Amino acid sequence: MIVLRDVSKRFGIYQALDGVSLTVAPHTTHVLLGGSGSGKSTVLRLVLGLVPADTGEVAVDGVPVGPATRRDIQRRIGYVVQEGALYPHLTTAGNVGLPARARGWSAAAIEARVNELARIVDFRRPLLERYPAELSGGQRQRVGLMRALVLDPPVLLLDEPLGALDPITRTELQGELVQMFRELRKTVVLVTHDVREAFVLGTNITLLDAGRVVQHGTFDDLARRPATPLVTEFLRAQTPPSAMAEYF
Amino acid sequence: MAGTLLATALMAAVPAGAAEQPVVRIGSKSFTESYILAELVAQIVEQAGEARVDRKFGLGGTGIVYNALAGGELDVYPEYTGTVARMILKDPGVTTLDVMRTRVAERGLVVSAPLGFDNAYALAVSRATAERLGLRTLSDLRGHRELTALFDPGFLDRDDGWPGLRRHYGLDFRDVRIMEHALAYRALASGKVDVITVFTTDGELAREAVTVLADDRKFFPDYAAVLLARRAFVEQQPRAWAAVERRLAGRLDNATMARLNAEVDLDHQSAAAVAKSFLGTGRREAGSERRAALLRELPALTLQHLVLVGVSMAVAVALGVPLGILAARRRRLGQVELMGVGVLQTIPALALLSFMIPLFGIGRVPALVALSLYALLPIVRNTYAGLVSLDPQLVDIAAVIGLDGAKRLGWVELPLASVTILAGIKTAAVLTVGTATLAAFIGGGGYGTLIVTGLALNDAATILAGAIPSALMALAVHGLFEALDRLAVPRGLRIRASPR
Repeated sequence: MIVLRDVSKRFGIYQALDGVSLTVAPHTTHVLLGGSGSGKSTVLRLVLGLVPADTGEVAVDGVPVGPATRRDIQRRIGYVVQEGALYPHLTTAGNVGLPARARGWSAAAIEARVNELARIVDFRRPLLERYPAELSGGQRQRVGLMRALVLDPPVLLLDEPLGALDPITRTELQGELVQMFRELRKTVVLVTHDVREAFVLGTNITLLDAGRVVQHGTFDDLARRPATPLVTEFLRAQTPPSAMAEYF
Repeated sequence: MAGTLLATALMAAVPAGAAEQPVVRIGSKSFTESYILAELVAQIVEQAGEARVDRKFGLGGTGIVYNALAGGELDVYPEYTGTVARMILKDPGVTTLDVMRTRVAERGLVVSAPLGFDNAYALAVSRATAERLGLRTLSDLRGHRELTALFDPGFLDRDDGWPGLRRHYGLDFRDVRIMEHALAYRALASGKVDVITVFTTDGELAREAVTVLADDRKFFPDYAAVLLARRAFVEQQPRAWAAVERRLAGRLDNATMARLNAEVDLDHQSAAAVAKSFLGTGRREAGSERRAALLRELPALTLQHLVLVGVSMAVAVALGVPLGILAARRRRLGQVELMGVGVLQTIPALALLSFMIPLFGIGRVPALVALSLYALLPIVRNTYAGLVSLDPQLVDIAAVIGLDGAKRLGWVELPLASVTILAGIKTAAVLTVGTATLAAFIGGGGYGTLIVTGLALNDAATILAGAIPSALMALAVHGLFEALDRLAVPRGLRIRASPR
């Protein structure tokens, strides 16, 4: 369980979060939806302890995030960002195995785990020896996901994981993620600006705007019972124009 | 403190010379006459057979060579009484040799008997002009306002130069121009000017139709040539010192010295050959022998140069990379540190080399310390820049996946910054190959020895014999690093990102 209680965070003159409260239930996928600058990525960085909150409290499984607890909390979290954020000097296998290597796993154990993950995310074994520059965008994203899963953390934080992909790869991966999260029973927080992604993946959705929570709820809640006109406006903006409707 | 440690490390890297026979270390400044005199002293000491000779010639100026002598790094070098009074004792009132001897004795030094010539400023005219106007002395110039003069740049401003001379003799010329000394004789021969400044032992005076005007009312200070030596050397090698004084004191008058200078400057003989022939132990050498001698020196100089570059670069990398890492970790300390290293770089290389002398004497050690310090900036700066400009996402991920301290640095940060860091090291190495040629000014050896000698002797062939190999070495170092890039930069960083 991840809890934010009345959290504010300011970077210089820029108010990234302004009194945000949020609860993510275990084994659910919670989508943080919002435009750029809405503060959604900052939530993930606060949970990871990469930046401290100015006011309010962030807790993971009842433990407040702080300098003393950060390391233990990070150990239970897998973190995926746009384009994978892979290390260009390491092969796929090197990238995926890095968290395990950092914790002193044996080479054999790392190799076994990497192969297992390749099977789970449907990643072709020969590609494991390639460098990130030799992979496609979709492949890189899968590698980023494998790296986040290597220590089998109970929590996954994903920051626009599919943002840089073409529409076809994106749709394909969205389907795979839904299935995987369900099978692996992870607690997932996924940041996106894509309404369709929120619809497909999110058990619960939080719509953020300018650092404030606009509405919590299921997609159905947001679509049928919008808290403010802004919610409808945000959802509509990404729906195909009616003139194109006959093509779909 | 850091400098002392550095020097200790460097001393360990330099093989100590075999020391069964005592060694007499002979210095010279970097101009022809000083080379010839030092070579004369060296050959006499060698003949005396009491000691081996270590030639530390071509040192860059009075400050460097005198400090080396006072600091016990040299035993003897040729000097001029005027320079001793003005630049060393800083007291122009010291005009007699006895007073000078008493004063330098306080510093543990000895002044030899005068060698016989005086290398002072003088004014000269062409022989034709002298005959036409009946000019023999400076007083004779008075009233000749129709003449045009061409002076050394330094001569025009110094109080013991033109302003003083003009007042002393009441002189006035139609026009006074400034030109490099090397070109003055040509200008005089062309008839474009009438009066030039000369040094009284210039080689050209032995060859060209030039009349030096006598300083009849005694304006110019004495620049009598002497040898300045450490008393310890004089006492420990009395036979050698006696031989030097017996064979040189009073034996070199102005005409003789000018002839020897001409043999080197104008005939391109080596100082060693000219000294040999003066001492009656050798003959004039042919140009081909001279060039062959240069070629024989090249392997040894190449090795010396490689040691200078290699050792100083190793030290600079060993210090610079950790300093760059420290600067990236502690940003505020880092700014102070980068400023310090930057200031180091603004010191002219020659000045930095001369600052090393009071601390480490002359020779290879101070050169290595200076070169190491000089190579620091590109290495520290690039290491710092490489580490602070890493993709912040990659840094965050490293923290989240549990990499910290040495692991984060070694597994992620340094490999990612390796291209930038190596570029800094490459820049430093190529620069150091060039800067190392300056080491010769403080007796550090290497290709600079030829460049300094060539500059002093006004011999382009000798300069090129040092400059060309040095340029080739810079190219080779560049090539070496291109190859090293392939080894040290991880393969994944060398692959162009695939198009998406």
